[in-house]
Amino acid sequence: MKYLALIYSAPNTGPAPNTPEFGEFMGAYQAATRTYQEDGVLLAGEALQDTSTATSIRIRNGKRETMDGPFAETKEQLGGFYIFECANIDEAIRYASMIPTATYGTVEVRPIMEISKD
Amino acid sequence: MAGHPDNQAGTGPHIRKGNAIPPPPENEKDIHRHLDRLARKERGRLLAALIAHLNDFQLAEDAFQDALERALHHWQKNGLPRSPAAWLFQTARRRAIDTLRRTANFHSKQQEIAYETRLNGLMAQDRAEMAMQQAPAIPDERLRLIFTCCHPALDKKSRIALTLHTLGGLTTSEIASAFLDTIPTMAQRLVRAKRKIRQAGIPFAIPGKEQLEERLDTVLSVIYLIFNEGYFSAHGDSPVRTALSAEAMRLARILLALVPDQPEIEGLMALMLLHDSRRAARFDATGAMVALEQQDRNLWHKESIRQGLAFLDAAMSRHAPGPFQIQAAISALHARAPDHTRTDWPQIASLYKELARYRPNPVVQLNRIVALSYVEGPKAALLHLKEVEDALSDYQPLHAARADFLRRAGHVTEAEKAYQRAIELAGEETVRMFLQRKLGQMLRASN
Repeated sequence: MKYLALIYSAPNTGPAPNTPEFGEFMGAYQAATRTYQEDGVLLAGEALQDTSTATSIRIRNGKRETMDGPFAETKEQLGGFYIFECANIDEAIRYASMIPTATYGTVEVRPIMEISKD
Repeated sequence: MAGHPDNQAGTGPHIRKGNAIPPPPENEKDIHRHLDRLARKERGRLLAALIAHLNDFQLAEDAFQDALERALHHWQKNGLPRSPAAWLFQTARRRAIDTLRRTANFHSKQQEIAYETRLNGLMAQDRAEMAMQQAPAIPDERLRLIFTCCHPALDKKSRIALTLHTLGGLTTSEIASAFLDTIPTMAQRLVRAKRKIRQAGIPFAIPGKEQLEERLDTVLSVIYLIFNEGYFSAHGDSPVRTALSAEAMRLARILLALVPDQPEIEGLMALMLLHDSRRAARFDATGAMVALEQQDRNLWHKESIRQGLAFLDAAMSRHAPGPFQIQAAISALHARAPDHTRTDWPQIASLYKELARYRPNPVVQLNRIVALSYVEGPKAALLHLKEVEDALSDYQPLHAARADFLRRAGHVTEAEKAYQRAIELAGEETVRMFLQRKLGQMLRASN
């Protein structure tokens, strides 16, 4: 099964850039990603620019509305994601728990719906 | 593949008890009652085996339900089969094969291949057993089932409901009434939980070594919550509630048989037996709750205490402490004390401190403070209470404890206020009656 791990955290809660903690934090991300690759479970994974760069779009009555900002103003913001290929949710939870942001933010695990391709 | 009885390394011993099924029934009414009893007794084992076999919770359950209905007609007409459990299992499996055939609907080639493989496997097994005139083998898969039902990805109430519904002998309506839910709400909860198991990929499996301890603690907590719902919820001793406690103890016994020598399971068993030993002393003739302090210890059930202490001793001899053993040890100190004053309070307070390492929450702290109040006195306890007052400001037992400390310290007016607050917060009539009585006693004594 495919699982999406959504990485949420409140702004300015993680280690600040240009500190030794930040270096360690980035190292932990690299180590996690390496584990995913070595175990053959990584399908994708990216970090996002912060929500001040987000643009939201709606089509209503065939007309496009474009808005500055994220869809929902929440304290914890989506900052990145991974997509894993796992046998079951236990595996997905195990890999998602290695995401360093989980120590101060929240990682949401969602199964990806299977839709036929043929 | 799941479903092959010889293919589950690490599932623990497969116990197959000699089933003490009552003598064959003679008339239709007897058949009905017999089937009812059989369904209650064997539901968990048959359902677990079917789920392992079919790899589908809902399909297994529907098929089992269907088999029960067929059994009633069939057995009334033809008498009891040689092995009623095997008959139910085989019939359910055939019903499931029919359903699979009828509802086949594939989104992809991959799914279709998986379906064919599964169906062929099921039919081959059925044919082989028929040819050899063998009763189908029913492996004991209940341990996998209980780990699935108590999976941390499910919400707490759903874990309880699902465990009672699949492994327990309670019907949906009994579970609904025990948890003060309507039947449709409870049924909906069960449907949602089963859908999440399927769609989120919650495995029908015993967790691996590195997760086992944590996951076992979740399972034991579910069982203990079921017990508590039947014991502490203070709705009095209605039959449904007593059934819940009995059900929790039955589940723990099943677990104990499936995972022998596990000290935390023994600890939970001890804890429940020790609590249960006080059942007769917990309510007075008017239905009001009686505090431990005032309970008539002659009403405590000696055999339950003996069994509870034996389980605790067995657990402690394994030298692997855990939260359920600690709670049982606390309960054991009460059981061993000749009366309330001659209880080993210092030891109880230090056990609560130990428990807080596993259960770091203010309720455990509050319990420790109550124990400490019998060591250091009520004035010191009032000071300690400040540590948890904010976290537990709407928690009835906090105000009851405060009232008690104030009363013992001689501050009647303040104690009265605290009692009033506790009475306001008490959800249950039995608790309200208990607090009102304490307040009345205090006011009479101070006049």
